[in-house]
Amino acid sequence: MINKKAMLIDVTMCVGCNACQEACKTENNLKAGEEKHLSPSAYTALNEYDGVFVRRMCQHCDVPTCVSVCPVGAFTKLAEGPVLYDADKCIGCRYCMQACPFHVPRYEWSSTTPRIQKCKFCAPRLAKGLQPACAEACPTGATKFGNRDDLLREAYSRINAEPDKYVHKIYGSDDVGGTSILYVSSVPFEQLGFDTKLVKAPMPLLTWNALSMVPNVVTVGSVMLAGIWWITNRRTEVQKHEEALKQHTTTQTQEKQ
Amino acid sequence: MKAFTLPRITVWRVIAVVLIAAGTAAAIARFTLGLGATTNLSDEFPWGLWIGFDFLGIGLAAAGFTIVASVHLFHAEKYEPIVRPAILTAFIGYLLVVLVLVIDLGRPEHFWHPLVMWNPHSVMFEITWCVILYTTVLSIEFAPIVLEKFKLHAPIKIIHNLSLPFMIAGVLLSTLHQSSFGSLYLIVPNRLHALWYSPLLPILFFISCIASGVSMVVFETLILSRNRRMLLSTELRANLAKIIAVALAVYLVVRFQDMSARGVLHEMMVVSYQSIAFYAEILIGFVVPLILLMNKRIRESRRGLFVSTVMVLIGFAANRMNTAITGMEIWPVQTYFPSLLEILITLGIAAIGFSAFTLMARYLPIFETEHHDENAVAPSIYDVVTDAQMVSRPD
Repeated sequence: MINKKAMLIDVTMCVGCNACQEACKTENNLKAGEEKHLSPSAYTALNEYDGVFVRRMCQHCDVPTCVSVCPVGAFTKLAEGPVLYDADKCIGCRYCMQACPFHVPRYEWSSTTPRIQKCKFCAPRLAKGLQPACAEACPTGATKFGNRDDLLREAYSRINAEPDKYVHKIYGSDDVGGTSILYVSSVPFEQLGFDTKLVKAPMPLLTWNALSMVPNVVTVGSVMLAGIWWITNRRTEVQKHEEALKQHTTTQTQEKQ
Repeated sequence: MKAFTLPRITVWRVIAVVLIAAGTAAAIARFTLGLGATTNLSDEFPWGLWIGFDFLGIGLAAAGFTIVASVHLFHAEKYEPIVRPAILTAFIGYLLVVLVLVIDLGRPEHFWHPLVMWNPHSVMFEITWCVILYTTVLSIEFAPIVLEKFKLHAPIKIIHNLSLPFMIAGVLLSTLHQSSFGSLYLIVPNRLHALWYSPLLPILFFISCIASGVSMVVFETLILSRNRRMLLSTELRANLAKIIAVALAVYLVVRFQDMSARGVLHEMMVVSYQSIAFYAEILIGFVVPLILLMNKRIRESRRGLFVSTVMVLIGFAANRMNTAITGMEIWPVQTYFPSLLEILITLGIAAIGFSAFTLMARYLPIFETEHHDENAVAPSIYDVVTDAQMVSRPD
């Protein structure tokens, strides 16, 4: 079985040096230069909240919303963890941007053949047995790469070791069904721009509940409509027939007279 | 035959030509410069005015399936005269929506991808398929009108023989994707404002489209019979008004029951941009027209019906725009107002729709009643064949 990979981001250890973004830009051949927000040329960015730095990037959900909403299946989820995008399939409907619970996908708005841009979890490096460029570049260990199970265990032990320092939550452990990027923090997550009210179940279930009714609507609906047509049609026919019969008898009686 | 005369220049025609020209220029700009330079769409607000317009176009086209279902499936033949206007409205509505979608897509040249690249888990995938299939069904339902104009009775006969499965397919496809537009938003409980988000969105979208679709046909009937005999008798118009009233009432019950079950009624008490938009939508589009239409005198008066249906249509537009835009806004980080070019393209496309409707209403046999006497029923798409058969039959 393939081990699910993950990254543990410890907000308390980040010093805001931006080495992760630099390494990411080099690895992915993106336009150089520090950026404070995610963009088509920044797959990761550091947001600052009163001296606390939080790395933003694709969370690589276990059951990704983008994979489910894309009408042409341009997103795929690899068993190891990465969620990848195929620009050749994309029609540009931007439903993924609308639906992503973490506001991650970025669009090349200035292009006439725009693509979605987002973190690839360094899938090519993972395939070679390497860790993602950002994790390798992090000088303090604030971003740590490993097996998801191991990292969850480590996150619990860090919180247990210093329960007064850490918030008692691993962000991403179960939010929207679990993500590949896990966060621990000393500042409450809602103060760091995290949405802490997300459902714990995978988001795609929300639409699947409605979509799975489609076959029923089609079968039951067509039988019902055809049935109603048959009944109402029959009623009109009987009516016509009865009228004709009545006319026939009246003409007959008239003839007799 | 009438002699050829130059078209008369009227205010409406000038407006239509100007809007279409401006919209075309704006569309050329959108394709040459890209979405970023020409629209106010952004990473924070990837869906805007055009998606709202799609909701609107599809919702107003709902008459296409409700009227076809009542007349041809449920045999309510007395509504026959409005079948053709309803089909025409639906056909134009869908074609406009396809046009807007192509302009809205980032890669319009890939529009055919959903046909070969499937993802049945996506609501957007289902909508794409339904729109394509239903537009096909509508063109089949619309074809006899054109064929009849050119006196081609043989193909009409073929279509007539196949009409039942097509009509059933049309009703089902409409039911599915009218509600699917609501399902699109099921996956954004964290983004869409609680006044609009609901697990019942698909059902609410379906109920409201019946009210708006029927209102649209009644509205058209009133406008188009201004200078001629009424297409529908006062009694039938009043009956349609009753259907609108029932749909509005059911909608209000479901919507408020759902809001109370989810415990979000208190959101109505908060004074905000969103709650004001909510009140405007609910009062103008649902509560006031419902009260008006409960009154028999208003249902039977042309002016009363006109006012009520216009209110339903405005409220419906507000509901869809609120779901697509207002409910997704978070002031001040996530706001949106369409750019001038977005507005021009939208108005241009709407003008194309109105012009197409007027032209077809004039040159195609859409409103047949004026040629017949008081008691005659207008020939339907599906009945024309019987006339043709009668003629060709030897006896």
